[in-house]
Amino acid sequence: MASTTSPLDSPPAPPAPPGRPRSTGRVGDKIFIGLSRGSGILLLVIMASIAVFLSYRAVLAISKDEGNFLTTLDWNPAGDPPVFGIAVLLFGTVVSSVIAMVIAVPVAVGIALFISHYAPRKLAAPLGYVIDLLAAVPSIVYGIWGALVLVPYLEGLNLWLDQFFGWTYVFEKTEVGIARSLFTVGILLAIMILPIVTSVSREVFLQVPKTNEEAALALGATRWEVVRLSVLPFGRSGIISASMLGLGRALGETMAVATVLSPSFLISLHVLNPGGGTFAQNIAAKFGEADEFGRDALIASGLVLFVLTLLVNGAARLIIARRKEYSGATA
Amino acid sequence: MSNATTTDVQDDRPRTAPKPPGTGLSSRSLPRWAPLGFAAVALALGVGTGLAAGWHSRTQWGLIAALLFLVISYVVTTAVENRRQAKDRLATSVVWVCFLVAVVPLASLLWTTVSRGAARLDGYFLTHSMAGVLGSEDTGGVYHALIGTLEQVGIATVISAPLGLLTAVYLVEYGKGALAKAVTFFVDVMTGIPSIVAGLFILSIMLMAKIEPSGLMGALALTILMVPVVVRSTEEMLKLVPNELREASLALGIPKWRTILKVVLPTAIGGITTGVMLAIARIAGETAPIILLVFGSQLINTNPFEGAQSSLPFYIYEQYKVGEAASYDRAWAAALVLIAFVMILNLAARGIARWKAPRR
Repeated sequence: MASTTSPLDSPPAPPAPPGRPRSTGRVGDKIFIGLSRGSGILLLVIMASIAVFLSYRAVLAISKDEGNFLTTLDWNPAGDPPVFGIAVLLFGTVVSSVIAMVIAVPVAVGIALFISHYAPRKLAAPLGYVIDLLAAVPSIVYGIWGALVLVPYLEGLNLWLDQFFGWTYVFEKTEVGIARSLFTVGILLAIMILPIVTSVSREVFLQVPKTNEEAALALGATRWEVVRLSVLPFGRSGIISASMLGLGRALGETMAVATVLSPSFLISLHVLNPGGGTFAQNIAAKFGEADEFGRDALIASGLVLFVLTLLVNGAARLIIARRKEYSGATA
Repeated sequence: MSNATTTDVQDDRPRTAPKPPGTGLSSRSLPRWAPLGFAAVALALGVGTGLAAGWHSRTQWGLIAALLFLVISYVVTTAVENRRQAKDRLATSVVWVCFLVAVVPLASLLWTTVSRGAARLDGYFLTHSMAGVLGSEDTGGVYHALIGTLEQVGIATVISAPLGLLTAVYLVEYGKGALAKAVTFFVDVMTGIPSIVAGLFILSIMLMAKIEPSGLMGALALTILMVPVVVRSTEEMLKLVPNELREASLALGIPKWRTILKVVLPTAIGGITTGVMLAIARIAGETAPIILLVFGSQLINTNPFEGAQSSLPFYIYEQYKVGEAASYDRAWAAALVLIAFVMILNLAARGIARWKAPRR
C-alpha cells in the first residue's frame, strides 16, 4: 500500500534514484520487515496488556477485600463486608496438578518410548497418529466423560485405596460421598495431559541421532541400555518441556474440573474426600452469579493463576536453555 | 541418572570381558513367546485374586495383573538369563504396560462418545436450535451452536493466521537481538496461558469499555490462544527449509522479501497449513472463554458482532449442567459432533501435509 501512495504524494521521489543504490533496503523489504516485526511487537504488547489489565482489575477488587486475599478460606465478594481469598483455590490447583503430573509423566514417557522404540514397525506410525488425534479431543468432552463415566468407575478404587493406604493420611477417606474429589480430578487431568506429553516426548525421541543408538548397539547394549544411554539423555530437555506443557494445561484446565469436582471451600489433605476447588473451576462456576465486583474478584484469582503458569513456563524455559547444549538440540 | 548408567556399563564390562565370545552365543535364553506366557499367567493370577477377594472394580484386577506381570518376568529372566537381560525385559514390559494402561481410558472415552452420541445424532439434531425446548424434552439440536463455533473460530483464524505467520517469519528470517529473544520467550509463555485467563483478559477490557458479550469477544480470546500455536508450528516449518534454497535465490539477486514469499513460504506451505489447522482444532474445543465472553444462547444468532451466541463446547457444558437424561443425550451427541469436527480438521491437515510435502 505504501508503494502505491508514494509516487502520488511524494514529488521528491524522482531525484531519489541516485540515492537508492546507497540504501540497501528496498521498499518491499522495508514493508515486509515492518509487518513481521510489527506482529512480533504486537504479541509482546498483548502479553503486557494481559498482565496490566488483569492487575488493574485485580487491584480494584483486592483493595475492597475485607478478608486476607491470600489466606481467607471463603469466597463471598457479594457479601457485606466482601470477603474472599485464594488459599483453597491455590491448594486445590497445585494438588490436583501434582497428582496429574505424578501419574502422567512416567506413563507418557513410557508410551512415547513404546511408539518410538518398542512397538512393531507397522504399529508405530498409526499409534503415533492416534495419540495425536487424542491430543485434539476437547477438554469439555473429557469433562463429561470424567463426570459421567470415570467418577462412578473410581468408587471401587477409592474404597480400596482407603482400605489399604488409609494409614498414609492422604488416602484416608473420612467423608462418605461419590468420588467427585481432587484425586479423581488429578486422574482425569493425567489422562488429559497424557497425549500432549506423549506426542512432544515422542517427537524428541524420534530425533535422537541414529548414530548414537547404533554406537550403543555396537557396544553390545540391550535395547533398554540403548534407551538409557542415548535416547533419554538426548530427550531429557524434551521430556521436561513436554511435562511443563502438560503441567500448564493441568493448572489452567477449566471444564474437566468444573464438571467433575463437587466444589467446597475447604482445605483438606484427604484427597479422596469430595470438595476443594481450583482457580479455573471457581471462575467458571462463580461467574454466572457474579456482579461487576464479583467479576473483578474472579479476575484477581485469575491473575494468580496467570502468574503461576508464567512461573512454570519460565522455569521450564530456563531448564531447557541450560540443557540445550548437552542434548545437542542446537546442532 | 546418566551417572548411574555409566557405572552400570562399567560394572558389566569386566564381567563379560574375560569370556567374550562364548557368553553371547551359548547363554541360555527364554523362548520368544515368554512375554505372552508371563502375561497369561499374570492375568490369570490377577483375575483369580480379584475373584477370591471379591473386588468389584476391574481396574484393581488389571493393576494387580500388571504388577504381577512385571515381577514374574523380572524374576524368571534373572534366573534363566542374566541381570542385564532381565532389566531389558523389565523395561520392555513397563513400556508395554504404560501403553496398555493409557489406552484403556482413551478407548473408553471414544467408545462412550461414539456409542452414546450416535443415539441422538441425526439430521434433525444438526438443523434445529434449542429455541423453546425444555431440558427434559428429547428434541432440540445444535444448529445454533454449530453456527456460533464456525463464526467464532473463523474470526479467530482470520486474525491469528496472518499474525502468527508474520511473527514466525520475523523470528526465523529477520530475528536477531533482544527483540527476537523476547518474542520467542513470550510466545513460549503465551502457549501456556490457560484459556480461562485469556477469557478474563478480554473480560477486563469489556468491563472497562462497557462492551456487551458477543461472538467477537469470544473470538478475540480464542485468537490469544491460537496465535502462539501458529507461531510455534510455522517457526518449526520455516526452520526446516534448507538454507541452500534461500542462498540460491539471494544469489540470483532476488530481494529477501520475494525470496521469503516465493521460495521459503511455498516450500513450507504444507507444514504451515497443517499447523494452522491443528491450531483451529485446538481452539474449536475451548469452552472457558465462551462462558465468560459469549454468554450462550438457546436461539440462532448468525451475527457474531452483536448479542449472545452459543458454541459447541458451551452447548455440551450447558446440557451437562441441566442434568436430565435427555440433556445428557444431547451433550453426548454434541460431543460427537465436536470430536468429528476436530478429527476431520486433523485428518485434512495430515492429508495436506502429506500432499504438499516437499518431494525429493
